[in-house]
Formats: sequence, C-alpha cells, structure tokens
Amino acid sequence: MIELTEDALDPEKVTAKVRRDTNGAVVTFLGTTRDNFEGKTVLTLEYEAFDEMAVKKLEEVRQGLMAEYGLDQIAISHRIGTVGIGEISLIVAVGSPHRKEAFYACHAAVDRIKEVVPIWKKEVYRDGSRWVACEDHEFSPEDQYSSETHTH
Amino acid sequence: MELNVRLFALYRERAGRNIVLVTVPGGATVADLTDEVRRQFPNLAPPEVKIVVAVNTDYADSDVVLQPGDDVCLIPPVSGG
Repeated sequence: MIELTEDALDPEKVTAKVRRDTNGAVVTFLGTTRDNFEGKTVLTLEYEAFDEMAVKKLEEVRQGLMAEYGLDQIAISHRIGTVGIGEISLIVAVGSPHRKEAFYACHAAVDRIKEVVPIWKKEVYRDGSRWVACEDHEFSPEDQYSSETHTH
Repeated sequence: MELNVRLFALYRERAGRNIVLVTVPGGATVADLTDEVRRQFPNLAPPEVKIVVAVNTDYADSDVVLQPGDDVCLIPPVSGG
C-alpha cells in the first residue's frame, strides 16, 4: 500500500487498492507539479528521497491515520526522480465506509507526508534551480523541525 | 568514534558529497555531531537553523547518544508531495 517509484503514477491503479464493497466512499488526492514559482517558469522537478526512511515514515503515517480514523484502506504512492510539469508526484487514496472519514484522513495524510517524510523536490528553472525547502521555515528559529514535531 | 554521515538534497549539494566521515568522542550526542559537522562545513546551514538528524531511520532529538555503527543521516527541510 506504500510505493516509492521513478515510474509515472497511475491514479486508477492506486485507487483500486482501496476499493471494497464494504466502502461507501473513496477519496483520492493527486499532487501535481506546478509550472511556476514566484513568477519564474519551472521547467521540471527533481525528487530525491532517503528511500528506506521515506518508506518507513509513509507507512507510519498510513498506520497512524488508519488507527485514528478507524479505516482499513489507505494507499500512498510517491514518485521520485525527474517529474515533468503537470504530472502526478503524489497519490493518496483512502477507502472508507463513509465519506467524512475519507476526506479527513486524506487531508491529514497529505499534511503529514509533507511534514515528516524525507523527500525533497528541486525546481529547475531556465537559469538555475532551487531545493523547495520552505525558505521561510529554513531561516526561522521556530521552524517545522522542532523536536516535538519529530518525536514519534 | 568515527561515523559515516549521509547527506541528502540541499546538504549533499552544499557539502559537495553524499557521505562525510565525522569523528566524535565516545558518548557524543546528536548535538555534538551536528556541531562537528558545522565546523567541517560552515556553509551547510545558517547558525539559526537546526540541522535535523535521523539515526537508524528515525528522527533523533539532539540529546540522543550515538553508538558506533549507527546509521546517521542529515535531513534538510523536507518538501515532498
């Protein structure tokens, strides 16, 4: 149910993993790559992961949310390597008997993934590149990496 | 104690390598290690930015004591999704 891959992601395939006849709702989130940053044209994105830890953290996020929302089906796929503009970089699919839990769990999954999973993206421009690292966080003392956030 | 410290993304590029050999005394903590890394690579991160460390694929607080053979990785601000 966790996948880290250099291949193009297929929403149908990931969604199918969480389909059950006992479920009344499936919410699938697609994260897609944007072509601009502060007026600059982004040509492509490069994703890098600390693979072993990324898979482990994705599984922790998944297990944590299944326990919190009482769900049995969450699938997460993240693409790494070079990803073209407008392509899918992240898929989170949640299957649930009822829609409310599926929406909440899917939203929470994306937030947590962005916070704790060691994956990095670099935007490549015509005249350079930039690791997307929330510069506002990076240069702030109270950044997202307080020990509290990362104690699991 | 010598530790091979793995670097990713921004830190890898700033240091110009993906593994650095760091020597710290026995009983050294994660904070001691990041101090030593900053000494070797002053441009890795601004002083006000805490360098996040993973030990054996889990985030480690600064007071965690390192053991020989630990898998130590420096984790720049993440940006998946």
